[in-house]
Amino acid sequence: MSDNKTLSFTEFRARVGDLRGKEYWRSLEELSRSDVFDEFMHQEFPQQAVALDKGVDRRNFMKLMGASVAMAGLAACAPPGETIVPYVNQPERTIPGKPLFFASAMPLGGVATGVLVESHMNRPTKIEGNPMHPSSLGASDALMQAAILGLYDPDRSQVVRRYGDTATWGDFIAAVQPVVNAAKTNGAALRILTQTITSPTLGAQMQALLAQYPGMKWHQWEAVNADNVREGGRMAFGSYVHTHYDFTKANVVVSLGSDFLGEGPGHLRYARDFMSRRKIRNGAKSMNRLYAIEGSMSNTGSVADHRVAVKPSQIEDLARQILGGQSSHPVVQALIKDLQANRGTSVVIAGDDQPAVVHAIAHAINTQLGNIGTTVLVTDPIEVAPLNQLASLSELVADMNAGRVSALLILGGNPVFDAPTDLQFAKALEKVAFRAHHSLYYDETSLLSHWHVPDTHWIESWGDARGHDGTISIIQPLIAPLYNGRSVHEVLGALIGGLDQTPYQTVRAHWFSNGATEDTWRRWLHDGVMPNTALPIRTGAAAAVPPPTGRSSTTERQPPTGIELELRHDPTIYDGRFANNSWLQELPKPQTKITWDNVLIVGPKTAAKLNFDAEDRATLVNNKQTRFAELSYHGVTMRLPLWVVPGYAEDVATVYFGYGRRAGGAVATEKGKGFDTYPLRFSNALHGGPGAKITIDHAAKPYPVACTQEHQSIDPKDVGERGIIRSATLAGYLENPKFTVDPHHGSDVTRHDESIVPNWDYSTKHAWAMVIDTSVCTGCNGCVAACQAENNIATVGKEEVVREREMHWLRIDRYYRGDVENPEVFHQPVPCMQCENAPCEPVCPVEATSHSEDGLNDMTYNRCVGTRYCSNNCPYKVRRFNFFHYADYDTPALKPMRNPDVTVRTRGVMEKCTYCVQRINAAKIEAEKDNRRVRDGEIVTACQQACPTQAIVFGDMNDPKSEVAQLKAQNHHYALLEELQTRPRTTYLGNVRNPHPDLGKPATDTEHEG
Amino acid sequence: MAQIFHRSANTLSRVTIFGAIFIAGFVLWLIGGIVRSPYFTNQGNAIEQVVPFSHQHHVGGLGIDCRYCHTSVESSSFAGIPPTSTCMNCHSQIWTTAEMLEPVRASFRTGKPLVWNRVHRLPDYVHFNHSIHVAKGIGCASCHGRIDKMNLVYQASPLTMEWCISCHRAPEKFVRPREEVFNMSYVAKNQETLGPELVKRYGVKSMTHCSTCHY
Repeated sequence: MSDNKTLSFTEFRARVGDLRGKEYWRSLEELSRSDVFDEFMHQEFPQQAVALDKGVDRRNFMKLMGASVAMAGLAACAPPGETIVPYVNQPERTIPGKPLFFASAMPLGGVATGVLVESHMNRPTKIEGNPMHPSSLGASDALMQAAILGLYDPDRSQVVRRYGDTATWGDFIAAVQPVVNAAKTNGAALRILTQTITSPTLGAQMQALLAQYPGMKWHQWEAVNADNVREGGRMAFGSYVHTHYDFTKANVVVSLGSDFLGEGPGHLRYARDFMSRRKIRNGAKSMNRLYAIEGSMSNTGSVADHRVAVKPSQIEDLARQILGGQSSHPVVQALIKDLQANRGTSVVIAGDDQPAVVHAIAHAINTQLGNIGTTVLVTDPIEVAPLNQLASLSELVADMNAGRVSALLILGGNPVFDAPTDLQFAKALEKVAFRAHHSLYYDETSLLSHWHVPDTHWIESWGDARGHDGTISIIQPLIAPLYNGRSVHEVLGALIGGLDQTPYQTVRAHWFSNGATEDTWRRWLHDGVMPNTALPIRTGAAAAVPPPTGRSSTTERQPPTGIELELRHDPTIYDGRFANNSWLQELPKPQTKITWDNVLIVGPKTAAKLNFDAEDRATLVNNKQTRFAELSYHGVTMRLPLWVVPGYAEDVATVYFGYGRRAGGAVATEKGKGFDTYPLRFSNALHGGPGAKITIDHAAKPYPVACTQEHQSIDPKDVGERGIIRSATLAGYLENPKFTVDPHHGSDVTRHDESIVPNWDYSTKHAWAMVIDTSVCTGCNGCVAACQAENNIATVGKEEVVREREMHWLRIDRYYRGDVENPEVFHQPVPCMQCENAPCEPVCPVEATSHSEDGLNDMTYNRCVGTRYCSNNCPYKVRRFNFFHYADYDTPALKPMRNPDVTVRTRGVMEKCTYCVQRINAAKIEAEKDNRRVRDGEIVTACQQACPTQAIVFGDMNDPKSEVAQLKAQNHHYALLEELQTRPRTTYLGNVRNPHPDLGKPATDTEHEG
Repeated sequence: MAQIFHRSANTLSRVTIFGAIFIAGFVLWLIGGIVRSPYFTNQGNAIEQVVPFSHQHHVGGLGIDCRYCHTSVESSSFAGIPPTSTCMNCHSQIWTTAEMLEPVRASFRTGKPLVWNRVHRLPDYVHFNHSIHVAKGIGCASCHGRIDKMNLVYQASPLTMEWCISCHRAPEKFVRPREEVFNMSYVAKNQETLGPELVKRYGVKSMTHCSTCHY
């Protein structure tokens, strides 16, 4: 291996060729198998390498020691007395110590996802999906989980401001009244800018306002909008429509740059429905098939059976080929065959970022195939006032520049930060005489506004919104506004003249005047949905074939040469609105595994073209660094760290926007600042386009990137040899359902029962176990965020992530196989294995980790002295150590957020996944009180509850009827590193893919070769 | 060269070596004693309260059931501290002008809660659930002592882990019939035979693994 000092791209490719697509790999650095990488792997615990940032000098040492001695004296005093404060009048149904759940809904981009919020004595602590809501069905994603931190965030705006100085709500009313009154004579001078609105109440309020001030204009803008979807719908159907999909009926799904499993309205439901057709159980004969055509690697693309990596500008051509039914591309040919064989049972779905014409083509294909009305459901728009947001914003800017706007009220959003760069929104805004901004944070737009009014978080205000199919939910607050916020209903109410109406009264009055009764109202609040409010599905809708845009439908057009830039919103911090949320900042981004930053992403071939030497990169990446690159695009030049990710089409560069906040909280502007890439967003190319130039700056100091890709990793050589990931094609599975049988140890790993400690008999008690179906995991990170919220897991910050000290109890390992340009991707969530023969236990000198009678590997924080022997001895690397005092004990705002059932860990303590033992114990206690066994399904772990695809199943494997026991009996069930005799309780189902038989047996099969 | 040490130094050195072991042992014994002492555990210290509420009077004298005030003891981990309105159920009728009860009336009038000082305090890393102990036949008095004889409540038990585990190891020594759980003066006549029988009947388990309480 020592001759592999340098590895050119051709050698690199040759090496990959050698692998015959058999071997799994995690990163390009690993694949290169260079010395540096081996060195990195052998350094098993890099997180222990650095103790302090800088050495401590004598003076500081004396200071610290002096303080410690003084503190030691104080600590010896008796702990301060604690008080108990009961209610004066205890509310009905409140039982101290028992949480209540209230239904509400989280709006994002205007569209609601139903939630149940856990409330401990009226403190919201956790968010779950609402099983009755069609967009959730009980699942939740990372953004929903992190909303609880967003609620308590102490950096939220807390006061009304006038020119930046503290003011009151009354002051604002007094100032705004004369301004809007003046608009009665000249309505056009008054403008309101909102985000996307589906809320019927808000819509009614806006209509009332428009009626009161004739001529007043209502503009809408959201950086992540559905303009293209709407325009494409209009092209196809003649008017704005809304489409949603029924994936339960779809045998073949074609994604045209769509990440329907990862984001957008209804993605949780889509993921559930889509994956319900991919759950391979004994006796399964078929599954659906997914083709993904995309430029960058999305969650959807990562689970596709066939993925075509092309430049985004080529997607339209391929779409037209599908429409025309002829193609020279072998995958597209197979896809067309598949679609034609599945008329009425297929879906072609275009991504939100795709141009309108691609949406129109997709509609035309679906019409052609008879999918409309069966799998593709067309309804009226869900927005109260659908329009082209870009046109709307452009019009506003033009009017501001022309001096036609004298007052602008910006209700939500942050246009100064996220408007297209060429509109120069900030400059235009300064020409408006009266500008007010209503938002959660005192942000970039607030800074340029005369007035700022703090908004309420959705958990603390009343409202309503529609789900992805139009179903209406009432947004019900769990707590009174924490920071003097005023909801948008109050702000609009003040303008209409309903000053004394609370948001509750506004929403309630709207629905009572629309047929609600006390009974239905209470039922809606309880259920979290209004029954039968999904928009009626248009029958017989037929899409027109979009006019040709000068492109041939049979031959492939020569794509524009040079690098094509793809601009996407950030997968965790969205358009920048969640930039102050440290949970989301530290959540590894699904495909890149980067935290706290945004980078310029290219594929390996593009990197090679850019002269990014593989060896140089490997060295840098192993030190958690990378080179800067200069990106020029449409006259804008920007320095961004360059990052190489497999699966990106050649000459495609992807940039996430949302980072680089200049105001709006300490986390957003300091710790997780990243780079502002909105200047690359032009109104004629909102999602990027050709014409980008990238040059690597070899001279500049490398930039540190906190990428968790190789953290807590199992030695790469083991991945293939020891069958960490085991996969097969559907055909391979049908031939040999036991394809996951251990490659080296035969059909069953011999169980060795000899042990120096007596074997525990679990047969009479519960035996908690978990099975994770790797076929249906999309790597969305919902489970990781849910675990963080449930178990009070601390964030550590970028510097500590670089040292591999992130605290997530659950990680999602991502493996690749095959071609570096377009590899197959496998996701594998790894929580604690809860081994029956846990290697961590015998090495603990203080018995801080020991076994429970149910087979849990307990971690007793108060006993732990921090030797970290357990973590050294864990073959799965699932233990996390508090190197510093990561948990925030001091910020008062964050204290009520924590789960009171889980200890907040302090410095020097080891922690790890507990299978949510607090939930297990709670269920056991309830069962014991009734003198019965815990029923299957009564205990749901946080990760399991969040998972949109139900990939995680937990239960008692001693109960043969339990779901988990049945999954353990599956033919393609396997355990990680079983031959170590650890007897893990967490086990996996092998990955099954369903490639088209015409495309040859891809490099997946039933055997494991090293 | 003359001897530096007298021969008796040999004895002295032996005594010192053995003595050191005894001294070390004594120090450990002393520390062990101190951490179990009421000085550390707070056992037996009556705590001042905003209203000098007497359990002796209300429980022992008037015979009010524990659950009249501690309403969630059978359903929740937390037994519950009564809201002011519970006090006022009676005290809006009797002792309506007593000076001693002014803080209660003031709380009811103003809506500001009474602030009680906690008597039984467990560390944050210990999770205790009242409801399961009550359901399995552990009497209030087993841990809280004769509340009906306390003027101001004090912590009757040391609440050390050693103390908890002594029952968790051998619940048959402490379990009582369910109907006697709230009986302050219950004394078992034949615990040796009754205990194991109740353990069987109620399905009481000896739970000593760490995550029973620590998580």
